[in-house]
Amino acid sequence: MSVSELDHALLAEEEEKSLEAREFGFWVYLMTDAIIFALLFATYVVMVDNIAAGPAGKAVFDINHAAIETALLLLSSLTFGVATIALGEGRPQRVVLWLLVSLALGLGFLAMEVMEFAGMIAEGASPQESGFLSAFFTLVGTHGLHVTFGSIGILVMIGQVMTKGLTKPVASRLTRLGLFWHFLDIVWIGIFSVVYLPSVM
Amino acid sequence: MNHPSERRLGTYLNGFALAVVLTAIPFIAVMTGAITGFAIYVVIAVCAVVQVVVHLVFFLHIDLKSTPGENLFFLGFAGVLIFLMVGGSLWIMIDLHHRMT
Repeated sequence: MSVSELDHALLAEEEEKSLEAREFGFWVYLMTDAIIFALLFATYVVMVDNIAAGPAGKAVFDINHAAIETALLLLSSLTFGVATIALGEGRPQRVVLWLLVSLALGLGFLAMEVMEFAGMIAEGASPQESGFLSAFFTLVGTHGLHVTFGSIGILVMIGQVMTKGLTKPVASRLTRLGLFWHFLDIVWIGIFSVVYLPSVM
Repeated sequence: MNHPSERRLGTYLNGFALAVVLTAIPFIAVMTGAITGFAIYVVIAVCAVVQVVVHLVFFLHIDLKSTPGENLFFLGFAGVLIFLMVGGSLWIMIDLHHRMT
């Protein structure tokens, strides 16, 4: 092995280590994010009955709307998984295709959430109305904000896959974005179980 | 040739099917009003917890063998913190609520 070959081997090893470290760092970030959401859930549960003569959940939530949002997010988790498989097979066009599908589903979710928020505020159920509504908009809005950043992330990764191809750093970033996207779906399980389902009964 | 990736598509589809069932159960139970009272909260909670585990295993590929120990440690640590902070907050606030009424 010549000196430059040895250098390359060392560099590849360093790159591998650095990407592994980033994956672990991202996992730590996700766990801390889970703690933030858990506390927003706790706040919501404490505040849920404090409606201050404003509307209660039953009057402002639509379970069918929440069911469709759930379906969109769950489907986008599956399609992101299919993109991850295409990544493993080294097929960049399929990766881009399935990322686009995931993005479309994510944007559909966001559109429905914006419609829901706008409709609630128009009905007079705005965040400053009661402790319940403040907690609701903070919890569900924080999740929506995460989905927004995830969608921007998908757009960026589509650009990177198209311009750089499936290089090691790109694959690593895509894997981390996948963790983030699946994590948001887990938070949504909490939201429909704690916020929507108990309120509409 | 692509056995690992084929298996992984199967993994995602299995996870998706389980997630759909575990989502449908509480939604249908609430929409139809088939289950009422305390039981419905139990159904919602059990389905949610099981679905979180399904997502962790089938979508985030957490398992006790291949996932690095540090990652599992942090997952467990986050779980303990969430349990203490959420459990503690609710315990204190519900107790306070009872004392003030």
